[in-house]
Amino acid sequence: MAQGWRGKEAIEMATTTGVSKEEFKNAKLYKSVHGIDMEEFYTSGHRTCQGCESALVMRDFVKASGPRTVVTGATGCMYVANTSYMTTPWVVPWMHTQLGGGGASAVGMAAGLRALMRKGKIPDEKINVINFSGDLGGGDMGLGGISGALQTDYDMLIIIYDNESAANTDIQATNMTPWGAQTTFTPTGSKKRIMHDKWKKNVAPMLAIGHPNCKYVATACATFPPMDYMNKVKKALSIGGPTLIHTMDPCPKGWDYHPRYSGDLGQLAIKTGIFPLYEIIKGEVNYTYDARKTKRVPVREYLEKQGRFSHFIEDDFEFVQSRVDEMWNDWEIPGVAPIKGWLSVRR
Amino acid sequence: MTTELVDRKIYEREELATGTDAVAHAVRLADVDVFSAYPIRPYTGVMDRLAKFIADGKFDSEYIIADGEHSQFEIAKHASSVGARAFAGSSGTGWLYATEALAATATDRLPLVALVGNRALDDPGAFGVEHNDAMLVRDLGWLIVWASTAQEALDTTLIAYRVAEDPSVMMPCAVAIDGGYLTHSQHIVKIPTKEAVQKFLPPYNLGTRRMHPDNPVSIAPQINEDWGMEIRRQNWEAARRARGVIYRAYKEYNEVFHSSYANPFFEEFMMEDAEIALIGMGTVTSAAKAAVKLLREKGVKVGYVKLRWFRPFPAEELRESLSEVRAVGVIDRDFAHGGPDDGGVLFNDVRAALYHSSNRPQIVDFIGGLAGREISIEDVARMVRITANHKGEGELVTWIRVREGNGAGMERKGGD
Ligand SMILES: Cc1ncc(C[n+]2csc(CCOP(=O)(O)OP(=O)(O)O)c2C)c(N)n1
Ligand code: SF4
Ligand SMILES: [Mg+2]
Repeated sequence: MAQGWRGKEAIEMATTTGVSKEEFKNAKLYKSVHGIDMEEFYTSGHRTCQGCESALVMRDFVKASGPRTVVTGATGCMYVANTSYMTTPWVVPWMHTQLGGGGASAVGMAAGLRALMRKGKIPDEKINVINFSGDLGGGDMGLGGISGALQTDYDMLIIIYDNESAANTDIQATNMTPWGAQTTFTPTGSKKRIMHDKWKKNVAPMLAIGHPNCKYVATACATFPPMDYMNKVKKALSIGGPTLIHTMDPCPKGWDYHPRYSGDLGQLAIKTGIFPLYEIIKGEVNYTYDARKTKRVPVREYLEKQGRFSHFIEDDFEFVQSRVDEMWNDWEIPGVAPIKGWLSVRR
Repeated sequence: MTTELVDRKIYEREELATGTDAVAHAVRLADVDVFSAYPIRPYTGVMDRLAKFIADGKFDSEYIIADGEHSQFEIAKHASSVGARAFAGSSGTGWLYATEALAATATDRLPLVALVGNRALDDPGAFGVEHNDAMLVRDLGWLIVWASTAQEALDTTLIAYRVAEDPSVMMPCAVAIDGGYLTHSQHIVKIPTKEAVQKFLPPYNLGTRRMHPDNPVSIAPQINEDWGMEIRRQNWEAARRARGVIYRAYKEYNEVFHSSYANPFFEEFMMEDAEIALIGMGTVTSAAKAAVKLLREKGVKVGYVKLRWFRPFPAEELRESLSEVRAVGVIDRDFAHGGPDDGGVLFNDVRAALYHSSNRPQIVDFIGGLAGREISIEDVARMVRITANHKGEGELVTWIRVREGNGAGMERKGGD
């Protein structure tokens, strides 16, 4: 029988080994909500939808990062709905980058700042370099550029904010849109009920496993568990080198639900286990919400609250549930490394 | 390779250098902070050389090997946005792969300098020179300048930074050199000293647009019809101002380096009392000059204009220079299929400029040297004959050295 990948070792094989508990001692992690800074660096001026969780992803990362930060944002809702000329919500320096330019833009800024500091052209200090790109911009078009960025040794954080569609262009399917979802590119019809028949691309582990310079990759949800996302930002920024966070952002317009339920849906995405929550620190996987140990909420409760799945019949709910069960029960490392037997060593 | 003929205060030495070597020296001397590389012939030599400078500790810069030209130019653009002097470059299809980033660099008004080692576009793949790659950005807010010798490539790269970074300009600049003929041919080049370069080239200062926590600005937020016109207009005005800055830059360059650039926009060769003029860009210049010399010996009143700056285009200066000639022949190392009168890109720009000339000479076009094909002295002599004999009727465009019909043999048709 072929030898499959085995747990932690499998990840360590591909990335750096060893985790020190000391790792984040300078990260100044939040211990309670009362410790969270009151000052905002992403304020009024944007015109995102009510209940937009991607906007919360913006607000929280820059709060965690603080004022000594420079940011680029790839084209997408978080560009177009966020930054209208003369009404910017950004208190820190912010610049647009092209849809697939996220990774490269961070490299450019980090390289520029490093050169200027080394040559004494600007004062030497720690400046956080952050790019955010959407699931289409970062997860599809800009994947090569993010890969290139993660191969460098520059200190920077790339956030793939994932609202599971090309939201800005009016909700088209991306490779991170969940199976079966209706989008303007994948409507349901009388002949074909399911137009989007791809499973969500597993982008964070793919990037973690392939890039030995990258010491920190995490998935996150801005609202759940509390502070988890902001602390992940702090960890990413303190560990050094290129890092990546993939966030799951409920989007009332694209997912078709009332804006008041954004928080609930984020929580359900985690509790149903459809979106696994973890961090990969120097090759070690740490579940920040361990759906292996908790009783998972049936995915149906998450799916049926969203209009984009309103065409689902019993078979569809069951299919999604079976795939999620498989991920948690049968994967070598649930949510991260593939199903047993997918990869094996030839004898 | 040193001789005592060079002024030691200005030049550190002479070196046998290719066009790309010469540009690499300029980049090093300009104290570039960040450069990003991606391989494609024939521009690549410049990155090979810069990498070696880094490896040998002769150059202090961040050096990034990008994952593609789109990233390569996004990296350079964003390095420039934090106030770092940046350099990148490409050729042919690689330059096109970067197009989106190229356009945004121009509209962001970031003074990146890039080398274009001109190369034919795919398909079919070809290594030889063609000017369509660099010309692609001609309307986008890039300054574009052609150099035709290695020394000129070095000088022009330094001048490019000076012009691009001028506070009244702030536009990216492409330095174009012909693939093969200049990227890979060696010339004796005088390498300036760092001190002299510092005297000529002030530090890059992006001012209030610099991305730094001390200067919290938002760059390039989304606009609508409310502001787009004004932003385009500012860029248009900057391109107009660039003309004056180019004059100033060459004057300063001549002063610091004792060089003798006269009109910065183009070089006039035997243009006094010329009745016929040819105009071209890049390395076709050597064949053109040789042909003009030979014909002058035979009493033909012909001259040659070597155009350097293609953007901004020196329309007024050309009208002046060509005000006495009877006929002009334009050499296009490019194509513009289906364009006005089926002429090349340069042809139609020259024609547009001369429309407002008082004497309005006859203008014909020569398309030649595509995909790296040679343009010989004899070819240029033929162009002069065709230009001189043109009566203002019939074909305006002649393809030079092309197999016609079914492609059998090198039939030489048309005009003479
Ligand atoms: C090169 C390029 N192709 C297409 C577009 C059009 N476009 C603008 S935003 C967008 C969707 C981006 O989707 P995503 O990255 O998921 O961000 P979101 O809008 O969902 O926040 C697209 C396709 C573009 N701006 N640039
Ligand atoms: S469409 Fe979705 S991502 Fe875009 S602003 Fe609205 S809620 Fe946010
Ligand atoms: Mg999206």
